[in-house]
Amino acid sequence: MYNPTVARLTYRALLGRRRALILFILPGLLLVTAIAVRLLTGADDQTTADLLGGFALGTMVPLIGVIAGTGAIGPEIDDGSIVYLLAKPVKRPVIICTKLLVAVGVTIVFSAVPTLIAGLVLGGNSQNLAVAYALSAAVASVAYSAVFLLLGTVTRHAVVAGLVYALVWESLFGSLVAGARTLSVQQWALALGGKVADGGLVTSDVGLPAAVVLLAVVTAGATWYAGQKLRGLTIAGEE
Amino acid sequence: MPPETTTAAAAGTAGATRIHNIGYRNYDGPRLGRAYARRSLFVQSLRGAYGLGRSAKSKVLPMMLLAVMCLPAGIIVAVAVATNADDLPLKYTSYALYLQAVIGLYVASQAPQAVSRDLRFRTVPLYFSRPVERVDYVASKLAAMSSALFVLTALPLVVLYAGALLAKLDFADQTEGFGQALVSAALLSVLFACVGLVVAALTPRRGFGVAAVIAVLTIPYGAVSTVQVIAWEQGSQAAVGWLGLFSPITLIDGVQTRFLGADSAFPGAQGPDGALGGLVYLAVVLALIAGSYFLLMRRYRKVGL
Repeated sequence: MYNPTVARLTYRALLGRRRALILFILPGLLLVTAIAVRLLTGADDQTTADLLGGFALGTMVPLIGVIAGTGAIGPEIDDGSIVYLLAKPVKRPVIICTKLLVAVGVTIVFSAVPTLIAGLVLGGNSQNLAVAYALSAAVASVAYSAVFLLLGTVTRHAVVAGLVYALVWESLFGSLVAGARTLSVQQWALALGGKVADGGLVTSDVGLPAAVVLLAVVTAGATWYAGQKLRGLTIAGEE
Repeated sequence: MPPETTTAAAAGTAGATRIHNIGYRNYDGPRLGRAYARRSLFVQSLRGAYGLGRSAKSKVLPMMLLAVMCLPAGIIVAVAVATNADDLPLKYTSYALYLQAVIGLYVASQAPQAVSRDLRFRTVPLYFSRPVERVDYVASKLAAMSSALFVLTALPLVVLYAGALLAKLDFADQTEGFGQALVSAALLSVLFACVGLVVAALTPRRGFGVAAVIAVLTIPYGAVSTVQVIAWEQGSQAAVGWLGLFSPITLIDGVQTRFLGADSAFPGAQGPDGALGGLVYLAVVLALIAGSYFLLMRRYRKVGL
């Protein structure tokens, strides 16, 4: 289920030229903010939870997930160069799996690792907060990558669709309608993080078993369906 | 005029070869000039921002976002009329702040289509082979994007205002609030259009442009609002005001709180610190707009040639 050549191409497409810039800026901003907050206010667990939960997990992880997930396949479908890849004797699900692995790797490196470092800077992992949020970010990275990779194969406006989910559904509806929070990758990931953290600072609206099941189902389902979509892909012309 | 070739060919038995005049004529009609081209580019970009003159598929998203933008205004008005309220439940100036995610998505989806496709299909040199100058192209695109955004932000305000008048709320009061909100909507439109176009013009890839624009608009906001909450919990109200300088939407929030009678969405609802703070906010907004114009002019100096 892994093809090194496809992986190399995807990796180059994701981190080539200016694309990498935005991926470096976001975690950089998180670390700068963390250092500034630590210097201004000192170590405080509530502050750590605010910053990691609100900014790192709420804004940064979904955005990097969108960029990496859709970026892994979207541009190739967009400019039609995916036909050269599809014409090779590589199974379509293998292509999807490889691209997913690369997208997950990139998202974890650029979101979960900075979250861990920011947590350590902010509070030195007191109450296991840094590890809990980093774990949540890593788990969310996997699910986001799978979902957004699927979006990349389904629609030409994958980035916009992904952003609508991340911003409108998770942030806007999630803060207004309690029910929307049950169907949110962020809350599922927080349920796992809450298990690791010691205090009651990391909370989620979803129970742990439900969260684990939903995460697994969504990730596996999205990957399977993306493979199916790629088997019958129609190359659309430019509008 | 009949082509002269037939007569020339008929009479041309004497010479062996001859360059035929096949009847091409020079254009001697009116030349509409640079101003007309600029206006056309503006109109075409503005229509394109709402998908008019493009495929049905590309109309879906902008129209849907416009509808989503106006829907809450309609509901608020309906409730106000039905309940005989004394005042609208929110200020006109707060409306754009509540729906900033929608505005951000609109900029992110339409700014790249305004500039990225010209870059990607290398049509920019074709524009510049006409009387259009670099400044015309940049100014037209900026004006079109700002106007499109102004339509998006001002239309719900008009709905609110019309509803407020229908509900027989105080005329002078409502008109004042409406006018203030229109000014702030115009400022917001220009600022967001500038930021969006600068980021979108950096990349010929539409998808990547969308992500980059939304990142520039939301990530600073996420960072700023989180740190503002922390600063507020620490009791430093002044820091809350100065932190707002670092993201586009909080800049607009600060300016309208200080100069346009708006309620601030900052923690503590104080807005920027005193008159000096307000002036700094305004200066930063204007500097951002001027800087974006300058960057776009630089970007198009060598493009595609």
